[in-house]
Amino acid sequence: MRETAAERWSRRVILTLLSAFVLIPLYVMLTTALKPLRDVRDSFTWIPARPTFEAFVDMWSTVPLGRYLVNSLIVSTAAAVLSVAIAILAAYATSRWRFRGRSVFLASALSTQMFPGILFLLPLFLIYVNIGNATGIELYASRTGLVITYLTFSLPFSIWMLVGYFDAIPRELDEAAAVDGAGPMRILFRVLLPTAVPGILAVTVYAFMTAWGEVLFASVMTDENTRTVAVGLSGYSTQYDVYWNQIMAASLVVSVPVVAAFLFLQKYFVAGLTAGAVK
Amino acid sequence: MTTTVSAPDVAPSDAEPSPPRKRRRRPSLPYLLLVPAIVLELAVHVLPMLTGVWMSLRELTQFQIRDWSSAPFVGLDNYRVTLDFNSAIGKELLHSFWVTIAYTVLVVGLAWVIGLAAAVVLQRPFRGRALLRTLFLTPYALPVYTAVITWSFLLQRDTGALNHVLVDQLGLVDDRPFWLIGGNSFWSLVLVSVWRCWPFAFLCLMAGLQSVPQDLYEAAYMDGAGFWRRLRAVTLPMLRPVNQVLLLVLFLWTFNDFNTPYVLFGKGAPDEADLISIHIYESSFVTWNFGLGSAMSVALLLFLSVVSGLYLFLTRKARSDA
Repeated sequence: MRETAAERWSRRVILTLLSAFVLIPLYVMLTTALKPLRDVRDSFTWIPARPTFEAFVDMWSTVPLGRYLVNSLIVSTAAAVLSVAIAILAAYATSRWRFRGRSVFLASALSTQMFPGILFLLPLFLIYVNIGNATGIELYASRTGLVITYLTFSLPFSIWMLVGYFDAIPRELDEAAAVDGAGPMRILFRVLLPTAVPGILAVTVYAFMTAWGEVLFASVMTDENTRTVAVGLSGYSTQYDVYWNQIMAASLVVSVPVVAAFLFLQKYFVAGLTAGAVK
Repeated sequence: MTTTVSAPDVAPSDAEPSPPRKRRRRPSLPYLLLVPAIVLELAVHVLPMLTGVWMSLRELTQFQIRDWSSAPFVGLDNYRVTLDFNSAIGKELLHSFWVTIAYTVLVVGLAWVIGLAAAVVLQRPFRGRALLRTLFLTPYALPVYTAVITWSFLLQRDTGALNHVLVDQLGLVDDRPFWLIGGNSFWSLVLVSVWRCWPFAFLCLMAGLQSVPQDLYEAAYMDGAGFWRRLRAVTLPMLRPVNQVLLLVLFLWTFNDFNTPYVLFGKGAPDEADLISIHIYESSFVTWNFGLGSAMSVALLLFLSVVSGLYLFLTRKARSDA
């Protein structure tokens, strides 16, 4: 099937436009981080006249970025690891057994995705405050509360992706292991988990990203000590000045590791989507 | 950001392989494996939702919040106030509902078209394809607040890149326009949201295209079908299952979007870009009227359930008719 000249040229035009669309904000993020504040304040320039790393140094003291980063790391890692662990169990059950209520479980897990976060925010806020008053277990404004909340956000999607990966693993492998005398949990750990490692990693990164990027709950359910980066970045705008160069520098520091991990694992992500979506 | 693309087959298409004998003796195991997931979903999704319904039937302002379980029962009063479109509160809600609908339709439509164009154009192998694919996924991988903050910098009136290009470089406009307040703010919001969303459409459509057999294209090509004809007769029908789920997911996300306007405009979105989730947030946490906020939330949930249910019903019907 030959490509016509018109097709080739439209392809080039589309790809150029899209690349520019994607790249311009990324370019501005990078170059602004390399400008001194007085250059950002006056007017926009495409090329930094006096490139400097000063923003990358100052950003740590303008705002307690280090503390916010630690909070984000703890909360996101805990939420990702727990959510994937719980999803693995649920996905194993859903992939390997036909039990009563199986499709109801899948459908209702998914339907939670349709609710706006704002719907849970007020009641959860009150529930957390009440649990704190009644039992002394601090959930409101604590990292634990955020972890519990975030892990349920990524849980349904993690379950669905993992069911896709597990379904792709031939049952003959399970059966062979069963013949060798392996029980169900042994089959999970010895057969399914090792085979699905790339998929599990992709889902973990997804769960991490969900928590890392969450704004709504982070803005209501944290205090000065537990604040995450998602909210912390707003600290760079004061009523006197907006430290755009530091905001961009901090944004880069916050984004680069997540983006790199995602892009590195993206082909497993696509594989998971295909497994789920096309069958 | 939470995503769902599609259900793995609920019923396996081939004959059920008989489970190994060991498993049959423990029919309780699958349920045990589900317990943690179910408990958490109940605790963080179902219980708060029920609490939300309960709250929507109470008078719950900052005066009752300390002792909220004893807030006075007011029946459907909150709903009456919320949905009375002649009152100020109802009018504002209706306004932000329409803003949200317009926003959703534009964002979903544009994100889908751009995602499809990119996926189709990247279907054929060429040098640099892998690099572009990776580049196009970057906006999706960026944490929402860093992406949106960068856009808000681009859209600043005096120091932003957009006005620099429009006013200083091209001289198209004399007065520096405001992009984050007034009527333009709606379009800014759409632009930023499309930038963030289209890579997800691209990702799903690309995944969907991988399963289209190449011979279908060859056959259509032999029959003399041009590009548009092949798109209509081969690509789009093959993408239908992906599209059905993708469009629903994009719709729900965009309709419920809170992060983009919240980060783009800070506290207090302009009227022209007052999305419904922001509106509920402000009605609840700024004016501290939780009862009204809950009533709005429940009404919103009912609306979304009806729309999603109808959509699923229609697409399923279309599928079984086909």
